[in-house]
Amino acid sequence: MSPVSAEFLSEGVIQMLSKIAYSLSLVALLGGLVACGGGTTDTAADSGDAAPAEEASGLTGTITIDGSSTVFPISEAMAEEFQIANPDVKITVGASGTGGGFEKFCAGETQVSNASRGVKPEEIAKCAEAGIEMIEVPVATDALTVVVNPDNDWATCMTIDELSTIWSPEAEGTIDNWNQVNPAYPDAPLVLYGPGTDSGTFDYFTDEVNGEEGASRGDYTASEDDNVLVQGVEGDTNALGYFGYAYFFENQDRMKAVEIDGGSGCVAPDEETVLAGEYTPFSRPLFIYVSKAAYEEDEAVKAFVNFYLDPTNKDYVGDTGYVALSDEQYAESLAKVEGGEVKTAE
Amino acid sequence: MNPIDPQAQGLGLPETGNFKPQLERRYKFDQIFKIISWAATFSAIAVLAILLIGVLSEGIPKLSLEFLTAPPSRKAEQAGIWPAFLGTIALLLITAASAIPLGVGTGIFLQEFAQDSKLAKVIEINISNLAAVPSIIYGMLGLFVFARLLEPMTGGRSIFSAGLTLALLILPVIIVSTRESLKAVPDSIRMAGMALGATRWQTVRIHVLPLAIPGILTGTILALSRAIGETAPIIVVGAAAFVPFAPEFSVEGFREPAFTAMPIQIFNWISRPQEEFHAIAASAIIVLLMVLLVMNTTAIVLRNRFQSNR
Repeated sequence: MSPVSAEFLSEGVIQMLSKIAYSLSLVALLGGLVACGGGTTDTAADSGDAAPAEEASGLTGTITIDGSSTVFPISEAMAEEFQIANPDVKITVGASGTGGGFEKFCAGETQVSNASRGVKPEEIAKCAEAGIEMIEVPVATDALTVVVNPDNDWATCMTIDELSTIWSPEAEGTIDNWNQVNPAYPDAPLVLYGPGTDSGTFDYFTDEVNGEEGASRGDYTASEDDNVLVQGVEGDTNALGYFGYAYFFENQDRMKAVEIDGGSGCVAPDEETVLAGEYTPFSRPLFIYVSKAAYEEDEAVKAFVNFYLDPTNKDYVGDTGYVALSDEQYAESLAKVEGGEVKTAE
Repeated sequence: MNPIDPQAQGLGLPETGNFKPQLERRYKFDQIFKIISWAATFSAIAVLAILLIGVLSEGIPKLSLEFLTAPPSRKAEQAGIWPAFLGTIALLLITAASAIPLGVGTGIFLQEFAQDSKLAKVIEINISNLAAVPSIIYGMLGLFVFARLLEPMTGGRSIFSAGLTLALLILPVIIVSTRESLKAVPDSIRMAGMALGATRWQTVRIHVLPLAIPGILTGTILALSRAIGETAPIIVVGAAAFVPFAPEFSVEGFREPAFTAMPIQIFNWISRPQEEFHAIAASAIIVLLMVLLVMNTTAIVLRNRFQSNR
């Protein structure tokens, strides 16, 4: 949004705007009517590249997916592509959070649950009470990315200890300068951006860096909307922030990723290092949890999960900004579902 | 209006005794207050204009018939809002159909029929309190009552459940505005009606209600406008973010436990990393604004018609 100077706001402009708005609303209405006249057909079939006709399987049914908003784009992409080949299967994907997703999953309202963390023992217990068995299926990897402003020429590689110095609860109110983190860094104020406490990213980062889930300093700019963090880091030379890889990937021209030294040298987050398992400890697995009964009894669910884990479809994962698994890992995931390997609380 | 010098008009006020007209000074205060009022109005409009210009400049290029009629997609350039648009319209239908009769009925009862008793007072206070309850609380209530307890009727997390939840949310607003409009009708009309032998109901139906309808309509449309922008309660009830098929406008379609609405779609697109999705979110905001605009225009037209019929 650009700042608007006062003279723009004359009555003339406002009148013009309302005129535009009125005529557009007419257009919108007409459009609605035309489309209504055309009837509401299966709209899923019109989108995307036309699928070869022989792939149409005659499968029918509905699949309801809910859970983590981090995993949402992957499941959405899979659902969309699956429906192009199977137009009679209706798939909906919600994004009410990992916890909210499990709640619906254990109430039997969804067949597949997205999760950006492993299932908790109490969630397994709740599902077991309702007689629902779940299979844990890793589907992709997210690289948690620590970012700095492009003008920052000192923080190219950081160790977990340094990050802990910055983010530990004890740092609150005391660590506010870059040179306190590392004497080699310049004398510059430290400005921090990070996700809010409801986020799975926050849980994972604090666990890895500070050794305890949820342990973090509180005096930083927190937002549940990662785009806000992107803007913050972009706008301040001395800023440091962290979030999921997708948000860095889409904004590479606006910020730099810090290489992470997890004990065996500096590693930058990218597809190769994540796939090779070198980007540690910030590579985190993303899961879907599949209801065992649904997979075994519902042909549509089975076909969809198999489609999800088909290595030929892994480009759809890459498009979303996450890192797809390797072919062997997909085969492992598939074997898990096919073997009905139920997740139990250890 | 230009200040008129009363002396020049021959209405001169005598400057005698304790009374000093001090016209200069009073007119000056007049001017100052006028400027303050203008500034208040202007800043409100300026904020709105900045918002509108931002949204319009980002969203208009992507706005097309295709955008309106396409389902959502993982690719921003193919994505549209048809299911969300129809979902919002369907929600609006359910909400209006359940909230208007209930709300207006309650308002009429409380204002025209209820005795001035303790019970009426308690109800009144509670309705005012309900209007201030955060919308997510209504969402939780809706989830429990409509989606879970009444599942056999509503079909679970369906458009029905969400529409009824939104109806609960705006019920207090409709009741209060109905009562205010009825209050504004002069008592002499009621007395005249009853003096001529009309029953209470006849008086209300034939004389009082027609006079109050413009006000009731305005309040109701404003309440519905609030309902279509609500996100939190319908997320709790179970709106999904990716629904690639439009809802069927039938009892069965409304009971289907899969739906979405425009605010959900906008929220989902805005929180994505890709810039292109932010642009189509702006386009979706424009469409939502259009729907609002159409609703408000309808309200104004209806109001004018009722007023001129009198």
